[in-house]
Amino acid sequence: MSRPSDHYDAPASAGIVQPRLGFVGWLRWFWRQLTNMRTALFLLLLLAIAAVPGSLVPQRSSDPNGVTQYFTDNPDLAPLLDKVQAFDVYSSAWFSAIYLLLFISLIGCVIPRTKHHYLALRAKPPRTPARLSRLAGFTTRTAPAGTDAQAAVESARRLLKTSGYRAAVFENRGETSVSAERGYLRETGNLVFHFALVGILITVGFGGGFGFSGQRVLVEGQTFVNTLLAYDSFNPGRFFNDASLKPYKLTLDDFDVVYEEKNLKAYGQPIDFTADVTITPRGEDAESSQVKVNGPARTGGTDVYLLGNGYAPTITVKDPNGVVVFTDSVPFLPQDANLTSLGVIKIPDGLAEQLGMIGFFYPTQAEAESGAFFSSFPDLQYPLLTLNVYSGDLGLDAGVPTSVYSLDIDKMTQLTGGKTDVESIELTPGDTRDLPNGLGTVSFDDAAPGAQNGDFSGSVLRFASFDIHHDPTQLWVLSFAVLALLGLLTSLFVPRRRVWVKAVTAQDGSLRLEYAGLARGEDPALESAVSDLAGRHTDLLFSSQSATPAFEQK
Amino acid sequence: MNLNELSILSLYSAMAVYALAFIAFSFDLAKRSAAVTSATAADDRERLAGSAHREAAETSGGTTTLTRISARIANDAVTPYGRSASLRVGVSLTVLAWLIHLMSAVLRGVAAERVPWANMYEFAMTGTLLIVSVFLIVLTRADLRFLGTFVTGMVLVLLGIAALRFYVEVAPLPPALQSAWLVIHVFVASLGTGFFALGFALSTVQLLQFRRESLLASAKSGRLRFLATLPSAATLENLAYRVTIIGFILWTFTLMAGSIWAEQAWGRYWGWDTKEVWTFIIWTLYAGYIHARATRGWRGSRSAWLSIIGFGAVMFNFGIVNVFFKGLHAYSGL
Repeated sequence: MSRPSDHYDAPASAGIVQPRLGFVGWLRWFWRQLTNMRTALFLLLLLAIAAVPGSLVPQRSSDPNGVTQYFTDNPDLAPLLDKVQAFDVYSSAWFSAIYLLLFISLIGCVIPRTKHHYLALRAKPPRTPARLSRLAGFTTRTAPAGTDAQAAVESARRLLKTSGYRAAVFENRGETSVSAERGYLRETGNLVFHFALVGILITVGFGGGFGFSGQRVLVEGQTFVNTLLAYDSFNPGRFFNDASLKPYKLTLDDFDVVYEEKNLKAYGQPIDFTADVTITPRGEDAESSQVKVNGPARTGGTDVYLLGNGYAPTITVKDPNGVVVFTDSVPFLPQDANLTSLGVIKIPDGLAEQLGMIGFFYPTQAEAESGAFFSSFPDLQYPLLTLNVYSGDLGLDAGVPTSVYSLDIDKMTQLTGGKTDVESIELTPGDTRDLPNGLGTVSFDDAAPGAQNGDFSGSVLRFASFDIHHDPTQLWVLSFAVLALLGLLTSLFVPRRRVWVKAVTAQDGSLRLEYAGLARGEDPALESAVSDLAGRHTDLLFSSQSATPAFEQK
Repeated sequence: MNLNELSILSLYSAMAVYALAFIAFSFDLAKRSAAVTSATAADDRERLAGSAHREAAETSGGTTTLTRISARIANDAVTPYGRSASLRVGVSLTVLAWLIHLMSAVLRGVAAERVPWANMYEFAMTGTLLIVSVFLIVLTRADLRFLGTFVTGMVLVLLGIAALRFYVEVAPLPPALQSAWLVIHVFVASLGTGFFALGFALSTVQLLQFRRESLLASAKSGRLRFLATLPSAATLENLAYRVTIIGFILWTFTLMAGSIWAEQAWGRYWGWDTKEVWTFIIWTLYAGYIHARATRGWRGSRSAWLSIIGFGAVMFNFGIVNVFFKGLHAYSGL
């Protein structure tokens, strides 16, 4: 931590033969080294350097897919990097070691300083120096004739006191003077800043373990209940206990997106996402609410954030007898800005063979010259779903967990699209087509069947992906951060200074007033403050003299 | 011609005027060198000693009432340097260019119906505007006109890159940026950058000046003779410190405001996103700079290097991290 800039460590002494150190001696030596200012500065700069690799290599905490990709792209380098925890830099042993040492060093510095400051707050300002002329902003004034030295110094003391100084009067070899100091708040702010940093570290380190974060995808109309099993993925903190999940129900009623359609240079850019939800805490009435990108819904001790969205076409598969074997709204993952979306449908039971389908959904389908389809606008203007059908083993029977967003086609035969001579199945909302090999039928259900011909705006449901977080430390961290900022402001801008006013009786009997100051730390305005004090003090003396003629007659 | 085209036209005009100001400031530096040329190194040393005497005499005897930093700087220079026409022309042209620059930013904002700092092009436009604003405001309190070449030169380069490489059409705000924190967080970050830029320039001149003073002490003379007309290394260090701590406070606030916004938008206040990492690195470097000034062996040139490295990180964070690094702060618009 920063000592006032008038502070210097004691000069290194050379040539002293030290006694042999015992165990305690070595501990003390280590402690001195660690709390040394240079060590602290070194650790601080080391922390800055140690943070760099985490921005060059993807991190598991913020970009897990990037890490997987990195392993695929650099099969030789990645395991090596993983050994030195390069994918978990900010929780790595070496990064933690640096900041923990830094904070121990900081605490070791702050505690003695707090004690020192506490004593300084109770002590009298120090004795006036003998020769003020050597000090900053030295200036002299002549007191009005007949002014008493004691009275002049006393009025200076009172003036300093009202200007926020602690002042004490000293008598030395017939000279009366007042010594004053102000700006103790500077050191207080400095200490508050450093304690607040320690506070942030402790709250983040320990308090963070009580929180959790989870993700859940909801299609319009679906409901989520806040229980552990209802999450698609869940990351609990170290001390998390699932009894602390407050039960509530959240229904996604409607997901509304507005796209730019006027400005041709930004055509199709989303300008608003709004998820209309209904939240029902257990035993309470349902309440409608909204979740927006910068506006989470806060309920049941959790915060619900809107992180992603896309289309979830409703697909129904029937066997040759017309029995429904599959019907669901399947979230398709957006692949580009115009929401060309990719989804997977798996039908393990009910048909003659296990069936997998890879689907592409184009909200506004267009055709490139090569014949490839693409989406030319993210809203539903001419929706089209294409399906490539595979039959064979879905790989679900072995009990190995698989992603619902990918299809393992190693043990499957492609029946439509690609190199097969069978065209992909193409469906617009409301269409039904036959599956190949007489397996049955597939339909793309229209979510708004009553709409006018050509109006597809409501024909496909949308999904929203929510992040649900609970972090009990947030308010604490914010409070500590605000304290740190306030502490920083006072420690950098409140000037700590000493000023002295001395009354010296000259040979001719007139009274000479001397003013001087001393900066304790950065204080660009010291000299003007001293001359300002001199001006105000002499004005005071002159005005009090004219107000009390008795004084003049003395 | 629509508002955005008018904004672009103003930007190019501002760049032209900045270029003229740059020439005037460079001319002034050349004249400073000429003013010093006659004086030999020995002469210089004598004057250095003389000015120290003068200073000592002032502090011991008279009633010095120095209220402005500028007064102290004028006293501090080894070779007194009087009024220079090209310097005044440079400042006037900078003010003119700043006005046109301001108009350009305002027009862009009106054309987009929002604050003009939502993509790389606009960050650069508003950021450089703030750098010049900070420079002009500081000029009213301290005579730092000798930094004119640096400020106008840097602004010109940044605006050139912005206009040629970062230009994007006016587009509405994506939902992620629709927040009051865009106004606060980005503005304060750019303002902090303005102070850091000035601190960087002062620290650089401080190092040059320190080198010159060391050369003088060993009876050699350096090449950059205009330095004799500038404040001493110690004064430059104090000025750099004062400017940089303001930048540091603004940066601390940027970091905190960013955390609050990140909590609202992404559900966590801190997640070591690449931009967050670099904001943290910059904060740590400048914290190191402030502490270095109170550490034995680190005052002076070493702390100046920290300020220079810190500003290097600021520029890296703006120019490289925004454009090339993968992360959540993907708002460059490129």
